[in-house]
Amino acid sequence: MCLAVPGKVIDIFKENGLSMGRVDYSGTIAKVCLEYVPEIQIGQYAIVHAGFAITILNEELAEYTLSTWEQYDKLKDKQSPDILS
Amino acid sequence: NHKTIQLAHGAGGLLSMNLINEVFLPYFSNESLNRLDDFALLYSDNKKLAFTTDSYVVDPIFFPGGDIGELAIYGTVNDLSMSGGVPLWISVSFIIEEGFPIDDLKIIAQSMKRASDRSNVRIVTGDTKVVPRGACDKIFINTSGIAKVSQKYSISGYNIKAGDQIILSGTIADHGMAVMTSRNNLSFESEICSDLSPLNDLVQCILNICPEVHAFRDPTRGGIGVTLNEFARQSQVGIVIRDNKIPIHENVRGACEVLGIDPYFVANEGKLIAVVPNMYSEKVLDAMRDHPLGKDSAIIGEVVSNHPSTVVITTLLGVKQILDIPAGDQLPRIC
Amino acid sequence: MKYIDEFRNPIHAINILKQIDAIWTKPHMIMEICGGQTHTIMKYGIDQLLAGKVELIHGPGCPVCVTPIESIDNALYIASLPDVIFTSFGDMLRVPGSHNDLLNLRSQGADIRIVYSPLESLQIARKNPDKQVVFFAIGFETTAPGNAMTIFQAKKEGLSNYSVLVSHVLVPPALQYILSAPSNRVQGILAAGHVCTINGWKEYETITQKYHVPIVPTGFEPIDILDGIYKVIKQLESGDSYIDNQYLRSVHKEGNIHAQEIVHQVFDVCDQKWRGLGVIPASGMKIRQEYSDFDAELRFEYKDISSYESSECISSLILQGLKKPSMCAVFAKECTPSHPLGAPMVSGEGVCSAYYKYQRIVGSEKIEVMCDQ
Repeated sequence: MCLAVPGKVIDIFKENGLSMGRVDYSGTIAKVCLEYVPEIQIGQYAIVHAGFAITILNEELAEYTLSTWEQYDKLKDKQSPDILS
Repeated sequence: NHKTIQLAHGAGGLLSMNLINEVFLPYFSNESLNRLDDFALLYSDNKKLAFTTDSYVVDPIFFPGGDIGELAIYGTVNDLSMSGGVPLWISVSFIIEEGFPIDDLKIIAQSMKRASDRSNVRIVTGDTKVVPRGACDKIFINTSGIAKVSQKYSISGYNIKAGDQIILSGTIADHGMAVMTSRNNLSFESEICSDLSPLNDLVQCILNICPEVHAFRDPTRGGIGVTLNEFARQSQVGIVIRDNKIPIHENVRGACEVLGIDPYFVANEGKLIAVVPNMYSEKVLDAMRDHPLGKDSAIIGEVVSNHPSTVVITTLLGVKQILDIPAGDQLPRIC
Repeated sequence: MKYIDEFRNPIHAINILKQIDAIWTKPHMIMEICGGQTHTIMKYGIDQLLAGKVELIHGPGCPVCVTPIESIDNALYIASLPDVIFTSFGDMLRVPGSHNDLLNLRSQGADIRIVYSPLESLQIARKNPDKQVVFFAIGFETTAPGNAMTIFQAKKEGLSNYSVLVSHVLVPPALQYILSAPSNRVQGILAAGHVCTINGWKEYETITQKYHVPIVPTGFEPIDILDGIYKVIKQLESGDSYIDNQYLRSVHKEGNIHAQEIVHQVFDVCDQKWRGLGVIPASGMKIRQEYSDFDAELRFEYKDISSYESSECISSLILQGLKKPSMCAVFAKECTPSHPLGAPMVSGEGVCSAYYKYQRIVGSEKIEVMCDQ
């Protein structure tokens, strides 16, 4: 329902009275409205849908999610489905 | 089932195939045309020639990495090269909208000259028509070309065998995304560059070390997805490719993620797919990687005998899925 | 790509599948609400990885699929008017109305343009003062703030040649509609991560208590989906039903207050017809009186066009997860992406097109899935 992709904010400016930003998707730069994330800083990641930043990506919680998954690896594997050839 | 021509009829996908099969083949059908390769093979007193034609209507006509003039020359040079032949002569015909700036026409002509020099072909004949303002979008260019083909090659989409390896000469979707992001200049400023380049030299390098190549094709409109499906249908074989082996530039991937575009079906203008017998695949891969236009070459899959005329892709998680031809061009999506 | 590739790492998939194996005892029916999640499931073959353990039921979370045919017909009517520049997300161009679609109308000469952001429509309106620029505002809670901003901004700038044709839908009422149906088989829910990013997940607390179903707001990368499914299974195996947020990096309980404010300022909740499901109370949004100057439905007096839908299309059953596309008589026969009978076959996220694209059964011989190669 809602394709939204994280990108890095590399510039913040005003346009027609709206807070806007340039967001970098590993080399492709899109112009994005930042009105809904007023506290965002350059260097932070915004999750962007249809040209609007809908939230600031929480980088600590992203790392937390990944580390939870890494701990599953320590679990003594009873039967491992071999999906990696 | 459509009563009027749709954009999708020109996108190289399913509707394009239907148009060819239902409207053109019934009238034009003949042994050279029916093969529907990138080129027709013609024989006259023991000489083998390849002949092709293509029209160019890219919008915008100037895009990062090239322009419609260069595209018109390299597109035909590449189609001819897919026969294994050496492109020699090219015809050019312009359809220009009234009011089109002559300075722009000079830029296009200069880049066509540079492109033909670089692919050592000669523009030997041409034509120009002007249409009233609004009857066409700025400028359309058609080019046709002839190449001399050595008798020892039999390169065609019908020639593919189970066990063959599929080698892609580099990163996908560069051209299509360069055009799409430069066309939408309201929200995008990307430095994605078209991969526009002539493939005749790369083809000769491959053939020098492996004349037994079964098939070549440059995956232009419809991208590698359409080309692989064409191969599977022409030779009635199955094809299996691996998602994690397909080379793609990071900024192109970024644009595809944001616009919801599947890069497998996006146009390339400087890439080829070579289908070679298994025993030659490593040798051909090395030769391609030594060539400036093939440094990112990769073996992306192989030909199999089961599920004929169907392309299957192994996803990142190891599951096999059907890779089917879309009806027409992909549209940017938000959901 | 940072914060994308890490969430597509197959190693994590193996580990989560191990976790699921360790606790799984019986098959479960889980619905993923969002068309974007359906797309990821089909693209990566997650349903096949979990075959036999979990049946994934695809929910109505694709705005292209649920936008009522009357809105499409109205859009076609407005787009065909002289001096109108009709702008829309690319998704809507192929959706079949009663007699036409926007892409076909464009080939007949109408000025229909695709926009990536609604703000581009405003820009087109500023540049074409002598034209009526109309934006087709469809979508769920995630898209509403952007669409609302253009109306708010147009009023501020006095852009009198700009108007919006609204067809907005909300998830919670539709979810209650599905869960309250007697034939409902859904036991657990993957909530739409980006909808919850905007509205938070407090609206779902009443639902999880009332229907005793675990609800897990989930992201859109393949490992997010597997993790969300694992969290639902954990609750189903232990008989719990509470809200467990999987998409921590984007969703928190209150959602995005700034976005919610502008939506409440510009839109009112209203009853809404869903294509395939009928009218669901308080499940849509319309422009408030204060901004009615920018309501395209009022600006272009809407002729009552009799809308017609193909009778063979069983999209209502499919959207409720009661039937799979492969059970439809016309699937991949009369109804294909190049000739769609119903909306779920059009959108890249519609469940029928996702099935067609990724898993169409080839004649009788089903491609057997070799997970272990």
